[in-house]
Amino acid sequence: MTNLVNSLGIILYATLIYTTPLLYAALGSCFSELSGVVNIGIEGMMTAGAFTGTVVAYFTGNPWVGFICGGLAGALFGMLHATATVRLGADQTIAGTAINMLGPGIVIMIAKVLFDSTDTIPLTPTQKIPKLFTGLFDTGTVFGRFMDNVFATYASTYLVFVAVAIVWFVFYKTRFGLRLRACGEHPQACETLGINVIAMRFICVCMSGFLSGLGGACVTMAISTQFRPISIVGQGFIAIAAVIFGKFKPHGALIGCLLFGFCSGLKVVLGGSSGVNMQLLSMIPYVVTVIVLILFVGKSHVPAASGKPFIKSK
Amino acid sequence: MSKKKGLLDFISENTFIHILLSIVLGFLVGAIFLAIMGLSVGAAYGRLINSVTSLKGFSYVVVYSVPYIVAGLSVAFSFKTGVFNIGAEGQFVMGAMGAAVVGILLPDLPKPVLIPLCFLTAMAIGALWGVIVAALKIKWGINEVLSMIMFNWIAFYLSNFIAGIPAIHNTGSAEATQNISANASMVFSKDFIKQAGLAPTANWGILVAIAVMLIVWFIIEKTTLGYELKAVGSNRFAAEYGGINVNRSILTALSISGALGGLAGSLQLMGMGQRISIFSSQEGFGFAGIVVALMGCSNPFGVFIAGLFYGALIFGGSKLNLVGAPTQLVNVIVGTVVFFIAISVIFRYVKYLKKTPKEPPKPAKPSGGKEVAES
Repeated sequence: MTNLVNSLGIILYATLIYTTPLLYAALGSCFSELSGVVNIGIEGMMTAGAFTGTVVAYFTGNPWVGFICGGLAGALFGMLHATATVRLGADQTIAGTAINMLGPGIVIMIAKVLFDSTDTIPLTPTQKIPKLFTGLFDTGTVFGRFMDNVFATYASTYLVFVAVAIVWFVFYKTRFGLRLRACGEHPQACETLGINVIAMRFICVCMSGFLSGLGGACVTMAISTQFRPISIVGQGFIAIAAVIFGKFKPHGALIGCLLFGFCSGLKVVLGGSSGVNMQLLSMIPYVVTVIVLILFVGKSHVPAASGKPFIKSK
Repeated sequence: MSKKKGLLDFISENTFIHILLSIVLGFLVGAIFLAIMGLSVGAAYGRLINSVTSLKGFSYVVVYSVPYIVAGLSVAFSFKTGVFNIGAEGQFVMGAMGAAVVGILLPDLPKPVLIPLCFLTAMAIGALWGVIVAALKIKWGINEVLSMIMFNWIAFYLSNFIAGIPAIHNTGSAEATQNISANASMVFSKDFIKQAGLAPTANWGILVAIAVMLIVWFIIEKTTLGYELKAVGSNRFAAEYGGINVNRSILTALSISGALGGLAGSLQLMGMGQRISIFSSQEGFGFAGIVVALMGCSNPFGVFIAGLFYGALIFGGSKLNLVGAPTQLVNVIVGTVVFFIAISVIFRYVKYLKKTPKEPPKPAKPSGGKEVAES
């Protein structure tokens, strides 16, 4: 029983750790997709955020300044994507692919200049995103250790759940959100009603970059202590997958990310205790995602205008 | 005045010119970054050009390019048929592993049997990887981009798992498979390489790449199948109305694209790699295939040249640290090139503003996955 509770605690701890960066990026992807712009450049934007976050935190000593700057770096690449796709009508897939190459390329070159290495210098504990509620629970008891494992976690994790609620509210309870979703469904109709589709989409893609940047910063400033070229490997694409999984809704993406995070947590615990091959265990999150899709999710409605450049005079 | 207008027309209508301009701009942006970093632009670009222009250097470029060209053709084929094969990475990995297993477990088969067998295994497994995704889409309506991302990772871990199986795993300390049998290798004989002064992994994979290029061109441009696939790619509803079985088209397109992705993997293995390592992160040949397909505008011949260009940059880039410039410069250059190809529509806008025709300019010309998120 004690072991079981401990294992469960560790699984939930790992779930939250894995989920957090994915969820930031997935919220970002929601913004962009719902407004009608496919953003496969999430990966590159996360890398930019991951690097900038650690570097700024390292030089200023303040993790929150670093965290925000990580978001802003992502937003900068978001702006690049928005300029190409929204202002200039570029093909969204091609521009996104370019972002995925430019993001890592540029930041690793900067890392070379600043640190003479592709890795940044590890952050000290005070430069990292702080953990909340440490020491609140008595780790002497089984229950206390469980609570400590699950709830004494990084502030960025708490923040992302708040962010999900805010994004949900913005999408479904505000005029801005209604307009945003309308832009993704029928931009021509929006334009005739006086909504500035170009401006809406531009804002949404930048927002998508900002949130992705925050997600990247979580990886290097909370989970790890430094940026390395392999810090962001595929999380951006998993986040996109989570959004499609969640049918392009923020609460759906939350479930997608949690499922993925939980399976990753399961992998960690099983890898430690059972003798099953680690490579096979690592497949669990991906296989489970496919199975859940087949059994419960199925077809998802893609925003009708997604991927189509909007030409004003059309 | 009229001459200037003519030039503008020429620039705005010629895709080839767009790409050349994009490449020039890519190198320009790379130069700006080098200058900001305080490095010599001449030294870095000089190194880049020097390392690929000698005979030996060029043979390296050809060897490097083969998997990029074929992976690029795989993605380009999918673009032509209206699906976005972001799963080329997984097909590549599985194809390479399939060829490796055959090449290791059947070492005594003669060369003319073993090599085609490796190719066929790789293509079959790659095609299977594509067909699974297509089946998920057709039967359960699961978005193909989503399942491809999942299957890329499943392939990655499966390959790592297979590489760890004792019958396949290296007997030495290396975290890799055994080397494939010499009978499965496409590398030229040592003597020939020495005499001709080529790269030590010089092989005849490029001939396969050329053959694949011609076959892809033939399928797309000259067959009924290609016509149907293209019809589905440009407008699936019209195609369906015209009596084309859309589901079957998607299945065919993804299986051919997957087979090409798998073939690319086997070419890399039997040419350059000779064995498969246990990796800690995806190698990215499939993702490079996307870039190559985009640079080649999804045209088989364009993809061939784009693959050579990409291979040259990757090989040349690996020599950049010799002059103190970071290898990542290559990513910045290629990323910029792709970015400018994406916005090459801007040239059409310039013409549009100058001439103000009745019709607005068409959106982005290079055929990309317009239906990326289509489910």
